[in-house]
Amino acid sequence: MKKWFDKESLKQISLYEKGVSHMKTSTVGSLQKLGKERLKDLLYQMILIRNFEEAVEKQFMQGKIHGTMHLCIGQEPTAVGACAVLTNEDKITSTHRGHGHCIAKGSEVKYMMAELLGKETGYCKGKGGSMHIADLEIGNIGANGIVAGGLPLGCGAALTSKKKDLGFVVVCFFGDGATNEGAFHESVNIASAWKLPVIFFCENNQYGMSSSIKEMTNIENLADRASSYGIPGVTIDGTDVIAVMEETQKALDRAKNGEGPTLIEAKTYRWRGHSKSDARKYRTRDEEHDWMTNRDGIKLFKERLLNEGIITSEEIVEVEEKVKKVLDEAIEFAENSPEPSLSSLEEDVFA
Amino acid sequence: MREITYAEAINEVMCQEIEANEDVFILGEDIGIYGGAFGLTRGMIEKLGPEKVLNTPISEQAITGVAIGAALMGMRPILELQFSDFVTVAMDQIVNQAAKIRYMYGGKGKVPIVIRTPGGSGAGFAAQHSQSLEAWMAHIPGLKVVQPSTAYDAKGLFRAALEDDNPVIFYEHKLLYGMKDDVPEESYVIPLGKADIKREGKDVTVVATSIMVHRALQAAEELEKEGISVEVIDPRTLVPLDIETIVESVKKTGRAVVVYEAVQRGGYGAEIASVINEGEAFDYLDAPVVRLGGKAVPIPYNPTLEKKAVPQVEDIINAIKSTVVTYA
Ligand SMILES: Cc1ncc(C[n+]2csc(CCOP(=O)(O)OP(=O)(O)O)c2C)c(N)n1
Ligand SMILES: [Mg+2]
Repeated sequence: MKKWFDKESLKQISLYEKGVSHMKTSTVGSLQKLGKERLKDLLYQMILIRNFEEAVEKQFMQGKIHGTMHLCIGQEPTAVGACAVLTNEDKITSTHRGHGHCIAKGSEVKYMMAELLGKETGYCKGKGGSMHIADLEIGNIGANGIVAGGLPLGCGAALTSKKKDLGFVVVCFFGDGATNEGAFHESVNIASAWKLPVIFFCENNQYGMSSSIKEMTNIENLADRASSYGIPGVTIDGTDVIAVMEETQKALDRAKNGEGPTLIEAKTYRWRGHSKSDARKYRTRDEEHDWMTNRDGIKLFKERLLNEGIITSEEIVEVEEKVKKVLDEAIEFAENSPEPSLSSLEEDVFA
Repeated sequence: MREITYAEAINEVMCQEIEANEDVFILGEDIGIYGGAFGLTRGMIEKLGPEKVLNTPISEQAITGVAIGAALMGMRPILELQFSDFVTVAMDQIVNQAAKIRYMYGGKGKVPIVIRTPGGSGAGFAAQHSQSLEAWMAHIPGLKVVQPSTAYDAKGLFRAALEDDNPVIFYEHKLLYGMKDDVPEESYVIPLGKADIKREGKDVTVVATSIMVHRALQAAEELEKEGISVEVIDPRTLVPLDIETIVESVKKTGRAVVVYEAVQRGGYGAEIASVINEGEAFDYLDAPVVRLGGKAVPIPYNPTLEKKAVPQVEDIINAIKSTVVTYA
């Protein structure tokens, strides 16, 4: 899948005024500048991610998916907004909750679904599963089963870009919980000291598994951690896809100009449990309800597009139908794909 | 007697020990209201309170070090490491600190911690959540390594681990958590370094660990139908290892098969095989000692491949036959 706009037009996006709260939101007028087709594509990507996750959940319930899965429903705007400003040359590192990043970076859902069903046609030939989907050709260095495991790798990719003057930037996605790992701190420091072209993108969905980030750290905004490493840190509204794009673009420009990394913290929410079995005792149904009704990034974006007269409700239905078609095909492809051969067990291990 | 699961047995002994000894507490990720990733600490924070059940940030290196430092000051912490694969993140604190402190300091200080952690494959968690790395630990002087295969053993061994003044790595297995067994309610001790003969036999000795004990028992049952009598020994603790029980058994049967889930190459089974070859059992051997471990691959996600990566009952049967039939 290709990206839907070139870098030139992005330069026109105005930088923000300060939002009402300290949390940055997108600027007035930003939609018009992006143009209808791009906006429609952002919407398409977000709906595709949500419906993909819902389909995965269903497959899981039907016992077709083995092991576990971590759904990113509710977090679509962060993946889509951040990847929207990247080219295929730019890289991402992802997490255990990585399906959205993968789709937003341009991977095809049929190969993802095949991987989740453990099929030979999957992105990892059925050997990786949900937590390890990688698509190096389009710059997805991989999901990761180890919390904060992707950050050092991302720095290494960025070092290569810098050393060889390749011009690409690396976006490392990680959760709020990951910021308590040593690997986070060591990576941010080294990237800062070496001015590596990295964007540290924290999807603060408020919880690391069952632990509220408020109880696990003593700071209000995780972006504040940036200052101790001498880099800019910014907290944004992770339900606002345009704000995510704008802020990632600024960080991207900074990285490309050789000024080094930025820490972006996007406040968001994971609607589902942490993984397959989670009674969600650590949070209230009211809190969930509030996020799901008042801070649904997809719903808000649709409303904005409608209110600003950019798109009609018929066009939204068209987008939704397109998503449905792509997903139906993906499921069919995955289900009809062969299992990996037994001989593949010992392939691809060097020693 | 009551039947409870392996997970319930460990939960019960932890509660009993925390209530009985004010220096004992548990720390770990998601062990509070969530009850632990595999439900092992379910109900504990409600019953014992947050002073005894410390829900930690996702910081394996720090929480492991915290447990070690507290132990050095006289506490007896239990650390739950959510998956045994994450020892990689905590390794410096375990290997360079906990294991060596007492010796390096000339016998001063002690580090009585128990690191409880689930290992093994079979649950579909793929390469970074399914490893069996116990041989790494067993290689380090100063660490004791426990690998219970039943609920009964888990409860008794856990208490012994907790009463030990050295760091103990307590390997649980994800596939054993739901397995039931007769377990007394009152607390009891199974000493570390005492193997258990899980089944008596006369033709061949199978030394198996963790989940492989159960697969070996199934294999033994199958082979009985073919007239092969298999003795199954569970060492229960790798360090210290009950060499005597293993050697005595091999002296009786003249054949040995060592079965373990970890990658065969460099695994602890190699140590057990050497112990048999080097000692007085050697003279009694009628066949070379056979090792059966996992394939040298990361654990794959696809369920069929995942099973193929580690020994199954069928593989154990074949390994046993290879020594009994080939060297008849
Ligand atoms: C090193 C390591 N520690 C613990 C885990 C278990 N684990 C997986 S995801 C997770 C929570 C991560 O929280 P966060 O970084 O906020 O990401 P989120 O799940 O919210 O997307 C934990 C504890 C792991 N996979 N790796
Ligand atoms: Mg989180």
